[in-house]
Amino acid sequence: MQLLEFQAKELFREYGINLLKSISSTNIEEGRKHAKELGYPFVIKIQVPVGGRGKAGGIQKCQNDDEFELKYPQVMDLTIKGEKARAILLEKMADIKKELYLSLFLNRSKRCYTIIASAEGGVEIESVKNQIIKEVGLGDVSDELAREVAKEMKLEGKTAEQFVDTLKKLSKLTIEKEAELVEINPLAIMQDDSIMALDGKFVTDDNSNFRHPELQKYQEKTAIEEQAEKSGFSLVELDGDIAVVGNGAGLVMSTLDMLSDNGGKPACFLDVGGGATTESVYEALTLISKLDRVKGILVNLYGGIVKTTVVAEAFLKAYENNLIDLPVFSRLKGTESEKAKEMLQGSRTNIFDSVEEAINAAVMGVKK
Amino acid sequence: MTDIFGLLRGNPGDPDYKKKGVIVQGITGAYGSLHAKQMIAYGTNIVAGVTPGKGGEKFEGTIPVYNTMQEAVDATNAKISIVFVPAKFFLGAAKDALNAGIKLLVAIPEHVPIRDTMETLELAKQKGAVVIGPNTPGIMIPELIKVGIMPPMPFKAGKIAVLSKSGTLLYEISDALTNSGFGQSITIGIGGDPVNGTRLIDAFEMVKDIPDLDGLVVVGEIGGDSEEILAQRIIDSGFKKPTVAYIAGRAAPKEKRMGHAGAIVMGTYGSAESKVSMFNKANIPVAKRPAEVPVLLAGKMEKSD
Repeated sequence: MQLLEFQAKELFREYGINLLKSISSTNIEEGRKHAKELGYPFVIKIQVPVGGRGKAGGIQKCQNDDEFELKYPQVMDLTIKGEKARAILLEKMADIKKELYLSLFLNRSKRCYTIIASAEGGVEIESVKNQIIKEVGLGDVSDELAREVAKEMKLEGKTAEQFVDTLKKLSKLTIEKEAELVEINPLAIMQDDSIMALDGKFVTDDNSNFRHPELQKYQEKTAIEEQAEKSGFSLVELDGDIAVVGNGAGLVMSTLDMLSDNGGKPACFLDVGGGATTESVYEALTLISKLDRVKGILVNLYGGIVKTTVVAEAFLKAYENNLIDLPVFSRLKGTESEKAKEMLQGSRTNIFDSVEEAINAAVMGVKK
Repeated sequence: MTDIFGLLRGNPGDPDYKKKGVIVQGITGAYGSLHAKQMIAYGTNIVAGVTPGKGGEKFEGTIPVYNTMQEAVDATNAKISIVFVPAKFFLGAAKDALNAGIKLLVAIPEHVPIRDTMETLELAKQKGAVVIGPNTPGIMIPELIKVGIMPPMPFKAGKIAVLSKSGTLLYEISDALTNSGFGQSITIGIGGDPVNGTRLIDAFEMVKDIPDLDGLVVVGEIGGDSEEILAQRIIDSGFKKPTVAYIAGRAAPKEKRMGHAGAIVMGTYGSAESKVSMFNKANIPVAKRPAEVPVLLAGKMEKSD
């Protein structure tokens, strides 16, 4: 899960990382109160769990009441990379001398935390120049290593001291919360040479959630996603009109790719998991029936330990209970697939021998 | 370098040649017992099970169950274990196994915290053991030994090595290979987590020198950079056997986790384009769909003849 900026900053504050004064709100009435409290000038920042907010107009300077009344609703109404505003953060305007980049991330191939730092921050990581990369291991960043990074960034005096302090606090936060990535970009050098975190990105390792009840309050899930998780599915909502269902993340991704190659638009990614049962597949169909934009369902199953007849049964039950009235295009392969095909003969499910045929039929089918 | 065939099959003359003992951790659970039975049916020599508190019981009337891995290993001298415990208990089970002298640990559970995986891998390194997974379907030499949860039908003994992050895609692609006459010498499930006990390059090192290897199939997916690193290793090592790749997740949105904990694109890190372009650089064709894999492999073989 990726936290919102203001949530990441709550954690930064808890760990003593320097921040400008900021307050988050979810409506303009609240916002007006905060505007008074902060005083102009400040910045209005949209809170969405994706990058590229600045370019999309999600960060606006604000000098007075008139600007506030105009810009607050504008920013609130933006959709960035398909994400609507979760909140608005008002943050005091900063007098910046220079922008740095600093992150700690879990290096998958080296199997350890790794620091990336640069004296040229403020742009997306792909464009950050002169990156200083240091492997840390599984423990905290040492004083010595933090100083080495500051030196390589050519930081001096008070700035260097505060940078070392920030890096060590960031490392403590990352390790204690078991984050996959914590990024401060930009980390600013202010006019008085102090260091300040102007933005914050924090990606958790969701598998360690059970050890971090304190992060639960940041969990943000749609009702449907929550239901999916309860049933042991992985569900990602997408904005097309063909629901894609299968067993195994790789197989469902692969189906999504082929559907897109053939001109179809996926409405969701739904992996019913390795241990699918009639009940769980029925549950999956119930979830899909709640997605309004869906015009057809594409099913790609490779029955292994899970029998395809178990899946066929769920479909028959769903038709019987009038749960779905959408066309279903399916390819069932593997254990008991011949029997499953027989069971579904004459039902709403169109059965195809290859996934290719099922996809083409689905693309044509939803156009009708 | 790990002699994976030595571990799984052994050498002619070994008393347990082609019947290496395997211990099942979590054998009395629903999932563990289902797959223990399936492995036995496939011909795997399951010699013991471990479930704390259930020591003294017999699984299926014949296989002894122990409370700890130390007891199980002392009694059987097995070097292989497969873990089915819930993710929360994985670290404990893995330590128990590695400290007892297990040399090949197959970690089935999904949702193991990354820190627990990393701690397991540190200990494995100290002990000179290999970890496959977590979140893996397992490892198998078709028609000889299965230490995993794969269904048997897609696989046939042969001369192609298949390395895969995904379980169902491993089945799907092995099925396509088998139907085109390409049996498999070994299939290794890397797992869908961000941190893998056996990375793609490690698995490559295990299989690249198999004497009668005819080809290699790599089934990757978005997230991380292990495909890129493998492609570079293939270039550097001068490996010349016909190789074909498949990458799932080209159409996945950025910054969304696609089912597997590891399947997430952050910026350009982990993107399908990055992986495809590295494979292309290594002169490895990347199939657009699973069914295309045997076709491309056959093409590669013709050229290398």
